[in-house]
Order: sequence, then C-alpha cells, then structure tokens
Amino acid sequence: MPAVSKGDGMRGLAVFISDIRNCKSKEAEIKRINKELANIRSKFKGDKALDGYSKKKYVCKLLFIFLLGHDIDFGHMEAVNLLSSNKYTEKQIGYLFISVLVNSNSELIRLINNAIKNDLSSRNPTFMCLALHCIANVGSREMAEAFAGEIPRILVAGDTMDSVKQSAALCLLRLYKASPDLVLMGEWTSRVVHLLNDQHMGVVTAAISLITCLSSKNPDEFKTCVSLAVSRLSRIVSSASTDLQDYTYYFVPAPWLSCKLLRLLQCYPPPEDGAVKGRLVECLETILNKAQEPPKSKKVQHSNAKNAILFEAISLIIHYDSEPNLLVRACNQLGQFLQHRETNLRYLALESMCTLASSEFSHEAVKTHIETVINALKTERDVSVRQRAADLLYAMCDRSNAKQIVAEMLSYLETADYSIREEMVLKVAILAEKYAVDYSWYVDTILNLIRIAGDYVSEEVWYRVIQIVINRDDVQGYAAKTVFEALQAPACHENMVKVGGYILGEFGNLIAGDPRSSPLVQFNLLHSKFHLCSVPTRALLLSAYIKFINLFPETKATIQEVLRSDSQIRNSDVELQQRAVEYLKLSSIASTDVLATVLEEMPPFPERESSILAKLKKKKGPGAVSVELEDGKERGELNGGGDRGGDAAIAASNASTPSPSADLLGLRSTAPVSGTTPSAGSLLVDVFSEAGPSATSAGVNDDGFLSSAPPTVASEDPAPPLPESDELLNKFVCKNNGVLFENQLLQIGIKSEYRQNLGRMYLFYGNKTSVQFVSFNTTVSCPGELQSQLNVQTKTVEPLVEGGAQVQQVINIECLTDFIDAPLLNIKFRYGGALQNISLKLPVTINKFFQPTEMAAADFFQRWKQLSQPQQEAQKIFKASHGMDTEVLKAKLLGLGTALLENVDPNPENYVCAGVIQTKAQQVGCLLRLEPNAQAQMYRLTLRSSKDTVSQRVCDLLAEQF
Amino acid sequence: MIGGLFIYNHKGEVLISRVYRDDIGKGPFPNCFHKVGSTESYRMRNAVDAFRVNVIHARQQVRSPVTNIARTSFFHVKRSNIWLAAVTKQNVNAAMVFEFLYKMCDVMTAYFGKISEENIKNNFVLIYELLDEILDFGYPQNSETGALKTFITQTGIKSQSKEEQSQITSQVTGQIGWRREGIKYRRNELFLDVLESVNLLMSPQGQVLSAHVSGRVVMKSYLSGMPECKFGMNDKIVIDKQGKGGATEEQSIAIDDCTFHQCVRLSKFDAERSISFIPPDGECELMRYRTTKDIILPFRVIPLVREVGRTKLEVKVVIKSNFKPSLLAQKIEVRIPTPLNTSGVQVICMKGKAKYKASENAIVWKIKRMAGMKESQISAEIELLPTNDKKKWARPPISMNFEVPFAPSGLKVRYLKVFEPKLNYSDHDVIKWVRYIGRSGIYETRC
Repeated sequence: MPAVSKGDGMRGLAVFISDIRNCKSKEAEIKRINKELANIRSKFKGDKALDGYSKKKYVCKLLFIFLLGHDIDFGHMEAVNLLSSNKYTEKQIGYLFISVLVNSNSELIRLINNAIKNDLSSRNPTFMCLALHCIANVGSREMAEAFAGEIPRILVAGDTMDSVKQSAALCLLRLYKASPDLVLMGEWTSRVVHLLNDQHMGVVTAAISLITCLSSKNPDEFKTCVSLAVSRLSRIVSSASTDLQDYTYYFVPAPWLSCKLLRLLQCYPPPEDGAVKGRLVECLETILNKAQEPPKSKKVQHSNAKNAILFEAISLIIHYDSEPNLLVRACNQLGQFLQHRETNLRYLALESMCTLASSEFSHEAVKTHIETVINALKTERDVSVRQRAADLLYAMCDRSNAKQIVAEMLSYLETADYSIREEMVLKVAILAEKYAVDYSWYVDTILNLIRIAGDYVSEEVWYRVIQIVINRDDVQGYAAKTVFEALQAPACHENMVKVGGYILGEFGNLIAGDPRSSPLVQFNLLHSKFHLCSVPTRALLLSAYIKFINLFPETKATIQEVLRSDSQIRNSDVELQQRAVEYLKLSSIASTDVLATVLEEMPPFPERESSILAKLKKKKGPGAVSVELEDGKERGELNGGGDRGGDAAIAASNASTPSPSADLLGLRSTAPVSGTTPSAGSLLVDVFSEAGPSATSAGVNDDGFLSSAPPTVASEDPAPPLPESDELLNKFVCKNNGVLFENQLLQIGIKSEYRQNLGRMYLFYGNKTSVQFVSFNTTVSCPGELQSQLNVQTKTVEPLVEGGAQVQQVINIECLTDFIDAPLLNIKFRYGGALQNISLKLPVTINKFFQPTEMAAADFFQRWKQLSQPQQEAQKIFKASHGMDTEVLKAKLLGLGTALLENVDPNPENYVCAGVIQTKAQQVGCLLRLEPNAQAQMYRLTLRSSKDTVSQRVCDLLAEQF
Repeated sequence: MIGGLFIYNHKGEVLISRVYRDDIGKGPFPNCFHKVGSTESYRMRNAVDAFRVNVIHARQQVRSPVTNIARTSFFHVKRSNIWLAAVTKQNVNAAMVFEFLYKMCDVMTAYFGKISEENIKNNFVLIYELLDEILDFGYPQNSETGALKTFITQTGIKSQSKEEQSQITSQVTGQIGWRREGIKYRRNELFLDVLESVNLLMSPQGQVLSAHVSGRVVMKSYLSGMPECKFGMNDKIVIDKQGKGGATEEQSIAIDDCTFHQCVRLSKFDAERSISFIPPDGECELMRYRTTKDIILPFRVIPLVREVGRTKLEVKVVIKSNFKPSLLAQKIEVRIPTPLNTSGVQVICMKGKAKYKASENAIVWKIKRMAGMKESQISAEIELLPTNDKKKWARPPISMNFEVPFAPSGLKVRYLKVFEPKLNYSDHDVIKWVRYIGRSGIYETRC
C-alpha cells in the first residue's frame, strides 16, 4: 500500500478513454487497445507487486475494453484480489468486473465464492450489500447453489441492517426467479411475511416484491400476508403526506409501496375476515376519494404517482368483483379520465373499463359512457387508444345499444387502420349476430361489412351469414333482394359475389317475380362477375348456375350454353372442369324430378358455436376468453334453442374449436365426428358438397346420391351375434387395444381406457374396399338385464364411409353394478347395394373396472379369511391350454387389472392378486389365487370376493385365459 | 452496368453520391431503419446506408471486395481512409467494375493528387464532372486521363473556340481517342518503368507453397506528333520463334497472362505477338502481366520458434538476400507476430533496428539497405502472461517488405522503337530510360 492516497480519479483511465474516443478509425482504436493490453500484461506479469490503486485502475481499463467488444482472457485473478481489499472503491471495482465477466473457471469460482462468503459474514453493511448485489447480478445456478441457504438467514436475522435486508430480499427474489428449485421454503418463509411490518419502508418495499413473487407460486404458505398487507396499506393511505418523509413522492405517500401492496392483494381472493375486509374496502374508498381531491401540485410526477395507485386499486376492485358500490365508483372515476388530456390516461381508462364492462355490477355504469367512447373512436389520434375504444365498445355492447354501436363501428371501419380492420370486422359480425332481433338488419349489416371492408372479411364471416339466412325462413326473401341490389354495384368484393351466388342460387326464386330481377337478369348479373373471380368462387358460381336450372327451367338453355363453352368445359382447373362437365350432363340427362331432388334447397344447418367467435378467440389469445364466456351465455337469444347457451359456454371455454371448414361441409352429419372422410378437406368452400366429385363416382343409380335429406336408417332387425363373438370377447379380457373383428369388407379396431366405474372405448371402422359404404349405421344394445347394469352411450357415426377410409366412434360406458353379459354391437351398411348386417359382442367385461390394490401378506390373509363363506368363493381346476411361462402369466394377471402381489403366498410358484371392482352402486373387493401345477399342466384358480356373482364371473372369465 | 457510385469517408459519411439507375435502393435492406418505399431519395439512402452499416461499420472486418446485400451488389475499393463503392442490382462483370474503379482512382490522382477526404471535398465539382464524362447510364466511357484533361480542366472557364471544340469532338469520337494531334516537344524523351510485386508463401522448412509476380510496365512519353512505337521484351514465345533463326543466349520468361492499354493493337499482338502502339501523351500503363514460373525470390526467411514452458517463447529469424552482390535492396522490414498474451520482449539484432510494437502485436525489424548474398539475424525472447484461455496461439506467418532494383520475374526490356514518319526525328534521337523496381507484395513465411 502506498503511503499517499491517489484518490479515486484514476487519471490513467480517463486518459485511456479519451484516447479511444479520439480515435479516427477502427484500426486506430484496435491499435490503441492492443498497446494498452500489452501494457497491462506487463504490469500483471507478477514479478512486481501492484498496489491496490493500480490494480483497480487496470481492472477498470480491462472492463472498459471488454465493454467495447474485445475479448479479455486475463485479469480475473487481479479482480478477485481486489475483492479482499478493505477499500470500498477497490472492492466495488472487483465486484463489477466479476459480475460483468463471469468466468466458468472452477478454481476462480471457488475463490470468488469464498470472497463473497467473507463479505457476507462481515459486519460491514456496505460490503454485505456489494456481495449481495454481485450474487444478484450474476444470478447463475452456481451462485444460487452456493448462497440460496445463506441469504434467507441474513434476510430474517434480527440484527441485520435495513439496507442489507433490502438487498438480501431483492437478491433472493432474483435467485428465486432464476432457479426456483434451489430456493427452498423453510421456517424463514413465515418470518419473511412479517417483514411487511418492518419499520423501514425500504425494507417493506423490497420484501413485498419478493413476497408477491413467492406467493404467486405457493399462495397458501403466504396467506397470512393478506391481513398484514391490508393493515400496512391502510396505514399508508391514511397517513398525511408529510408523515412518511423520505418516502413521500411529490405529496403522495409511498406510491411504489402502495402499488405493490395492491398488486400483492390481487394474488388472493377477497379476505374472508370481515374486519380485514372492512378495512380494505375503507382503504380503497380512501384511495378513490383522494383521487378526486384537487391536485396538490401541478407537477406531472404528482399526478402520475396518484394515478398509479388509483389504477392499481381499480384493478384490485375488478379482481374482487364483489363490491358493486366500489365498482360503480371506479367506473365513474375512469369516466373522468376518458376525456383527459393525457393520452396514456385515456388508454388506461379504456383498458380498465373493458374489464369493468364484463362485471355484472358495473356493466350499466360503463354503458353511460358510450357517447364518449364513440367520440374517442372517431377523434382519437393515437391508434392504440382507438383500438382500446373499439374493444370497450365491443365489451359494453348489449341488446339496448347494439344497433348504435354496430353502426358506429361500421362507419369507423371505413377509416380504420389496416392493422385492426380484421379484428373490427369480426367484432361487428359477432355483435350483429348476437344482438340481431331483426334479421334484415343483420343481413344489411353484414353485407355492408363486406362492401366496406371486403378484404378483411374472413371466410367464417360469410359462412355464418349463409348459415343464418338458410336457417331463417323469414329473412330469405329480403336477403335475396338485398344481395341482388348489392351485386349491381359496378365493383363488388369477391366475398360479396360468393354470398350473392349462394343466396341467389338458393332463394333467387323469391325475387324472380319482379321483372327487374327476373331469372335471366339474375343470371346475367352473376355471370358478369364470373370472370373476375378466383377459382373457388367460380366453382361456387357454377353450383349456383345448376341450382338456377332447377329453380328456373327457362334459363336452362342459356346456362347450358355457358357450361358448354370452352372456357368452362375445357378449363385448365380440374375442379372447374369437372363441375362444368357434370352439371352439363346432369342438366341434360336427368329428369326434372331427379333434378328437383338433387338440387333441393339446403337443409337447415345444425346449431353450434359460431365459428367467428372461435376465430376472434384465436386472434386475441386466451386473455379475451372471459368476455367471450359472457357471449356464450347470451347466444341463446339468437340461435333459438334456449338450452344451448350452456353448451356454448362449455364449448367456448374449450380450447380446441371445431375446424371452421366443417361448418358448411358437415351438412349431413347430425353431429360432428372428428374422423370424417379424408377427401372432405379439398372441398373447402364447396357448399354443395353432395354434388362433389366424390359422390358422383358411386354411380347415378345409387339411392343415396345427392339426396340432401338425412339418410334413412335401415329398418331390418339386427342380426344375431356372430358365433365366434364369444371367442373374440375372451381375447380382450386381459387387454384393452387390438383388432376386434375383420372380414373382407370391414375391419374394426378397438382402443379403450377405464377409470374407476367409467370407461371410454374408441371403435375404428375401416373400409377395406375401394367402394364406399352407404347408410353405415351402428347401434350398441344391452340385452336383458344388462340394461340396468351398464349404461352405454354412443355417438352416431357418419353414414358414408369412403373406400379405404376409416371412421371413429366413441362409446362411453358406465358400470352401474356388476354384470355378466357383454353389450351387443350391431353394424349395418350397404355395400354395392347389398345390405350387410354384423353383430358382435363388445369386449366389456367386469374385470375392466378393476382397481389394483397393493397389500402386505398379513393383510391379504386376514381379508382372505374374512371372505370365507362358501358362496363368496369360486374355484376352478382346469388344464392349461397355453404354455405355463411365468412372464406370460404375470402379464395376463396384470392385464386383468388387479395388483400382482409378490412375496405373499408361502409357495413362490403361486400367484396372488388383489383388486377392487368399481361400480356405481358398490365396490367389490376381490382376491385371487392361482396355483399352477407344472407336472400335471393344471391350474387351480380360487377367487374370493364380497359378492358371489362377481367371484363366479371373474373365475369364468379368467379360466379361459390360461 | 453500374447503378450508382458512392464515395465515403472513414466514418461512413457520403462524400460523393452519383446514381445512374433507379433500381438500386429498392431494398429491403436489413439493418436499415428507413421507411421502405417512400420517396426516391429515401430509397437511395437505403442503399447508401446498407453499405455503411454492413461493410464500413460491420462488426467483423469485411474482407471480400464484393458484398451482396438484399440482391444488390456493392463493389468497393479502399484508398487510405476513403471507400469507393460501385452499386448495382444487375449481374455485371465484376472485373469490369473493378477496372473502372481503379481507373477512377487513377484519374482522380492525376487531377488532384492523393485521394483524401480533404481533396475530395475540395474537388467535388470536378469529381461530378468527371463522373458525368466517364460513366454514361452506368456504362464506362473514355477514362484516359490525357484525353479527359483536354476538355475537363481545372483552370477556370476558358471559352473554347469553335475549331477547338470541333477538334475535341473529332478526337474524342475518333479512332485514336487517347492522343490529340499536333503535340510538339523539343526533346523527345521517354521513360519506361517495370514495376513488379512479388508474392510468396513459404513453409517453415523453406518449401514454396505459392509464389507469383504481378508486374506493370508504365510508360511516360514526351514525343512529338503521332509516333508509332514498338515494344519488345524477353517473352518466351517470341524468343523461341527467333531462336530458330539465330542462337540467342538470352533468358526468356513465360508470361501467364497479360493485359494491355487500349492503345496497343491487339490484332497485331495476336498474330505476331508484337506490341505496337501509338502512346498517349504523358503517363500510361502500357501493360500488366503475371508470372508464376522461375521467380527469383530476393529474400529467404528462416524462422526458429521455441516455446520454453508456458511463460516464455524464444524466436530466432535469419534472412538471406539472394541476388547479385552488386545490387542493394532497400526499405527492408520484417514483421514477426507475437502471441496475444505477450507481457515483455527483449530483442537482439545484428543489423538495423528492431522494436516490439504492442499496438500491432508484432516485432518490427527494419534494415535500411542490404547487399545481395548476405545474411542477417535477429533473436528475441518473449515473456508470456498465463491466461485462462486454453486456446493455442495460431502462429501467424512472418511477413516481409522490401524493394529491389531488378525484376524478380526476370523480365527484360529488349527494345522500344519509335517511328514518326511525318516529323523529322528518328528512333535514335529519342532519349529512352528504363528502370526496374521489384517490391514485395504479400511475402510471408510460416513459422
């Protein structure tokens, strides 16, 4: 150590930095750095001892060089040496170097950890803080491993200085975030909570960040913090602005701490203790009151701090959602911000209001601000604020103001930013559908939507219009008229053409009476758009034309002419060409009766969740679901069926929504089945899917062809079960998956899973031929008393199974009480006109509902003895039909569903199992003993259970297995 | 078809910007945060910035002279601190673009001396004028300094008479665009410089890994009228042809490839391999060539590096001069790289001065003069600082610089004949000077 202190100026460093700054080019800089590095290297050579000041200076220079982007591969040792210095400045530089240039050299790490440990155990608070900061800055796993145990001790120790406690809390927070598994909860956790009561506000602020993070992971352990936080909050809120001295920020007492407290409270539900709750409500009221007071300062910091607390309080109020009074007040205060000069405040107010709108208590209060919000949408300069305004309008919309809001949103759409147009379109479409009382209004709105923002109207939106028009008789004529008028515009969007084509094709006849919209006029209007459209639209238009032929026979010649033209019949696109050819033939060959049947009006669509809603959800992510759930509840209004609302809500909360294309394609299925025919995907927009190429390939005479009515179920009685079905049944006693049945035509695969008294079975019907099965129908029946023992629910399968395709059927099984028989599966379908009828036994046996039970030898024998009544026991002695391999035997016994108990039976050759059969009515304990006799190739099987029928049945089943 | 030409200073600021085609700058260039597709000037700035960001200020030094950014090619040459970049969107002949850039440098040097930021700023009007003349819509035009100087002058505005103007027109568009008529000198003089640079990479054991010489013949002529010149050298093909007639003992060299100034009649060179031309007035580069066989290597470097433990390195380097003892090599400099963790160096050398330059991580040994067939030696002790890095030192090669008064390729000028039938001076009256200078290019020996 030199006698004279050179101060902290570090002139050499300043000179070096200014040299670097003055360098004209990169090369010059590199030269200067190389020179300096050589100089430092010669100083660090080791033959002369460096004093602390120089060491610090050179380490600083190295750090600077490193931060300029050059590699540093030495100097770590000197930095570590600095750590053991007693001077603050030297120690600080040492820590700085270490935390910037972390080195994985294990030798060094050991030294560093040692130095940190020394500092942590020193009584000097500044050194402790430096060490803690270094740990937090590095924050690596190694650091966590070394110090995760030490820091909580420092944090909760009674004699630790306040400033050290602060650092320790934040350091621990950092380590916890980096490697949560290493920071173990312990007895310190409860003491951490009590830091909320600390005298020092800084400690409380630091501790609360830690507690918030910890309690979000394990809320139960920190439950006590709620009351502490509330009391702390109330002390701050009720204090005068001068009470907290250092922690008063522009006349606001401890704003950061207040915000953090409020945020911590948001991790928990409203306090159950009445007193605490009362105090909290009082606090929140005070905060709301204070926000109303005239500002104590004109400075922006003052209002920022005040508003921060206010907004945090409002989010807490929204989080609790239980105090109508507070909610309404919050809403009114936010209303004042809607016209505030500050853009940020307006944004925040709109955002918070969106959540308020979803609360039943404040929905009405939010609605009073509709004019302001609409104004914001129109005049706001900032696009993100406009977006929020649109969101809020969407959230506050209900039956009373729907017309106004939809009109405003539509008019805004014309000038809206491109980035939010698609979302706006979806919202308008949803609102229009949800609150449509008058369906002509709905049709007008959507057509307007397509007109204004056609590019942003997704497929789902126009699918939905068509679905609704088809399902509502009263609006069809109006829709046809409106569409016809809309199409008359010189330039109309392709989506409009699609809607127009579809609706005129279906309901053109409703307006054909008017000479201005006579059939030929309609056709010419549609055809004038034909050449400007893309291939899928043209395909749709061709289908509309064939429908025209049916609706208006007088247009037949004209349309046939069009279809016959080279541009159609020799179109390079295969889809268009095929349609043109088939429609032309159809129109010329088929009689009017056939035509009328084939081209009958589309049947109503099955009601289901609006695909638009699903799309919006996908766009917005899971955050928006809460609003959407609300939608689901109210959807019943529109879609007729009153009890559908609940279903929709469930569907809405379900993440996987049905694929949108299924909406128009799955016309004939009464319920969507996930495994539809593979060719369906290619006909994405083919709304007349019956007329598609796949159907025609089956031949014109097929009675199923082009009939849009639901398929008639074959009326023949189910065939008796196949003779081999009992054998099939035995195959599945010990396994759950496999092939159940196979012949030349059909293969049935099975996959099943059981839990307690419930089971689910997936049946896969594979068409092995290249020709489709028509009228495919399966039924599951429970003969005789099985009906009361087993509850079987099936979902209907698609009536068409394409050649080579596979369809899936789900069967849900509930075991009410024990049973003996198996349910019957009857399959009927037409293959090439001939009716096929197959009956099988479904492999549902009583042992499927086994729950394995582990028990010790003593337990086993005690229970065994308890079940000693003669009818409780079933015994069979039989000859082995398969080999007596132990592994195979074990696998079979496990497959049975019971637990295989080892070391129970005194004879190791014997097998002992235990299990409980779960039925809805009761649980039947079951013990099993299998004694093989290798010489005689015989088995003795003994079963004891609390119910005689069960013992007998399981014994019978099992005897077939060995 | 060059799309545009930019000149930057070392900071990446644009000094000269001349755009010939609008297709450049249609990005989108990465790392350039301008609005895409706004105004024209914006788009042009895009290309300008792309080069600055991706080449001049690149994190890693860009070594390739051609850089492709967003389907746009940037060809650059660097003169001291100045970057010249030609930009194009098309698939151009890269050699042509570089030829043009070098020519551009020559022209600028001829007009205002050294290419520096200061000079470019002072002459920017002139440079734009030159660019207008030598590049039309991106196609290079006449770039002969002599010819340009007749109509792009720096001496203020001098109104030219009609005759002069028509003379310029006829000359520039005529057959011999590089020389005007009616030049008169009292003393007909001509200087011929053979400038060669020799490149070598040698293994530590003294095995030649690659070696080639690239040379130029520069001619400075002060001749009256329109003289017809003929240049002869010891080209192997020519010598062999003549060798059939009379026996010559002269050494001949094999030239790998050569290019000529536009004044040389290529048809005659193809047919008879004779180089005949009417030279431009003043200085011109008559030819450029390259040889790879039978190169005389003026110096041999013998390195000896020994690592003594982890903290010490002993280096011994011997250089041997390998040419006639009567000749003197000059400006000899040997650069011995040192490891990156050098902490101290002691040097002992027999001749010249040696110094450890920390800023360049090298020992630089300078010798002013050295005669042929001599040898000299340096030894150094390098102390190393132990580091945490396990990386081994890459041992970059020892490089060398020098200048020798002969042509390492062995090229000899046999004759340069001047005929001027119209004026009354003959070949004998012309005073001719020939000089040979051999310099080191990249002359490296691995150690």
